[in-house]
Amino acid sequence: MAAGAVISLQGVTKRFGGLTAVDGVSVDLVEGEFFALLGPSGCGKTTLLRMVAGFEEPDEGAIHLDGRDMARLGANRRPINLMFQSYALFPHMDVRRNISYGLEMERLAKGEIARRVDEILEQTQLSALAHRKPAQLSGGQRQRVALARALIKRPRVLLLDEPLGALDKKLREQMQLELKRLQHEFGITFVVVTHDQEEALVLADRIALMNGGRIVQLDAPRALYEEPRTRFAAQFIGLTNLFEGRAVAGGIEIAGLGPLQAACDLQAGSACALSVRPERIVLARDRMAEGYNAVSGEITDIAYLGQSENLRVAVDGYETPLSVCVAPDGQADARTDARTGAQRHRVGETVWCHWRPAHGRILTD
Amino acid sequence: MNSQRRSLVLALPGLGWLTVFMIVPCLIVFFFSFFERGVYGGIEYNFGFDNFLRAAEPIYLSIFLGSARIAALATLIAVIIAYPAAYAISLAPKDRQNTYLFLVMLPFWSNYLIRTYAWIVLLNREGLINKALGGAGIITEPLPILYNDFAVITGLVYNYLPFVILAIYASLQRLNPELREASTDLGAPAWVTFLRVTLPLTLPGVAAGAVFVFVLSIGNFITPDLLGGGRIQMVGNLIYDQFLSARDWPFGAALSLILIFIMMLLLFTQAVFVNRAQQARAAPDG
Repeated sequence: MAAGAVISLQGVTKRFGGLTAVDGVSVDLVEGEFFALLGPSGCGKTTLLRMVAGFEEPDEGAIHLDGRDMARLGANRRPINLMFQSYALFPHMDVRRNISYGLEMERLAKGEIARRVDEILEQTQLSALAHRKPAQLSGGQRQRVALARALIKRPRVLLLDEPLGALDKKLREQMQLELKRLQHEFGITFVVVTHDQEEALVLADRIALMNGGRIVQLDAPRALYEEPRTRFAAQFIGLTNLFEGRAVAGGIEIAGLGPLQAACDLQAGSACALSVRPERIVLARDRMAEGYNAVSGEITDIAYLGQSENLRVAVDGYETPLSVCVAPDGQADARTDARTGAQRHRVGETVWCHWRPAHGRILTD
Repeated sequence: MNSQRRSLVLALPGLGWLTVFMIVPCLIVFFFSFFERGVYGGIEYNFGFDNFLRAAEPIYLSIFLGSARIAALATLIAVIIAYPAAYAISLAPKDRQNTYLFLVMLPFWSNYLIRTYAWIVLLNREGLINKALGGAGIITEPLPILYNDFAVITGLVYNYLPFVILAIYASLQRLNPELREASTDLGAPAWVTFLRVTLPLTLPGVAAGAVFVFVLSIGNFITPDLLGGGRIQMVGNLIYDQFLSARDWPFGAALSLILIFIMMLLLFTQAVFVNRAQQARAAPDG
């Protein structure tokens, strides 16, 4: 167990009938961090969260909180709170009663409860709504009540199950910032479960990417995006282009395209894939000078998104078309050092797709 | 055809049925209740409120109150038995719940009279229960458990229990299970969660089941007749007697009207209660 770990999971496994929902997960959560469990539905992230909260018991492995084994501690006695996906606000109680519920369970003095409820109503800008019933609140307001209800308990860890799933896009972006602010303000360890990779990237300090009941990669958001370790990671986080081929010295050999340069320390001849992010690809009429991998092809689709343009390029000699993301008007991304001239791309145009060897990742799994 | 007219057409068979067999008879009862009994039965058309004044006489008033007491007891016992049963069914694995509900409804496959007679077999002095208790040496004298309030209440509870279980089960089913978990998560022990979350949110179901038992019990005449041994007079028996033995149709009609009024009042109160509870929860899952 690492020093400073609030929660430590060791070989946690959960089976439902013949299905292994969580398969030997070990991970330490650091004091005060914003942690995300990210994965497709059915990957075991919610089951893992429910085991930490105390609603499911692991079949194998142990969960420690501050060094103490949680196995025999019921959900109502753990200093951990969960914000439910449906928010699970009590419909027959007003906002104030909902929020004070958890403190009443701690048998605090009436005055103390009132003081702390007032305080958190203030912090979550809910004071004016204190006497509304949940049915009289908007989605965003309900989410704030659910947050306040959990935070007022001052838990060691706050678990959030798809916290923004029920909100529309605009509100979601607003609440993402709000969540980060509250996490900072309260200094509590947050664990968020989400299937939305963008949400995880925005919110979390560290992301555990899960698939098939296991953590397949545990990294900071930037590292997870820039340095995926598996095909699954590369494809789940953002978009990517995958070239399947065989390792050669200093790169990868792809049937129909020839050798492409990339950092590769695999034995020559072993099967692997090259991942290149769409926004790393620079388009040009003519093949550019040394220092780039280059493939040529024909633009088959253009999707204009305002801030960017997504293009599809049918590559000569390779089956799967390339996804390319460029700034509109054909301007290359400012992060790269190439310019293609302020000219609009057209469907049917023949182009060269370039990327630097450093922007390709060799993946084996 | 616009949608309003279409729904009228669709409702027509139901409305027709209710009009012919429900509203018209009620109007006849209403009409009769203001007249006098003829010398050889039949009706003397002298308008008056005598029947209603007579119903308020102590002897009849005490029958009303006695019926209400028995119905209330039956209701209370039915709810106390039904709630845990409904709760247990709602917690069972999804694929078994329908089987359990089917078993709950199974008694309705046999006739009401036969089921009530079966209780006589069970409860009489030489019945199964007394035989078993006597055989086990627990009692020396047979228990007087037939032809009294106990037997009537037992019969009523037995008959209406399935409806109460269904009503409470339905309201438990509608309850978002995350609400209970949220209560646990916030530190509540199981019994606090039940008292502060589960029970308040399923009260509409309890009320629906309770009103159902009460209304059907207070007007019941077969169960008190068979299991009460003619000694327990409930309103239902009294009305039955007025029409078939005493041949005092106007008085029977007045008693019926009073009973119908009590039932309507209860059903109305319950409807208002349920409506309010639903409005408070208009949004999905709070």
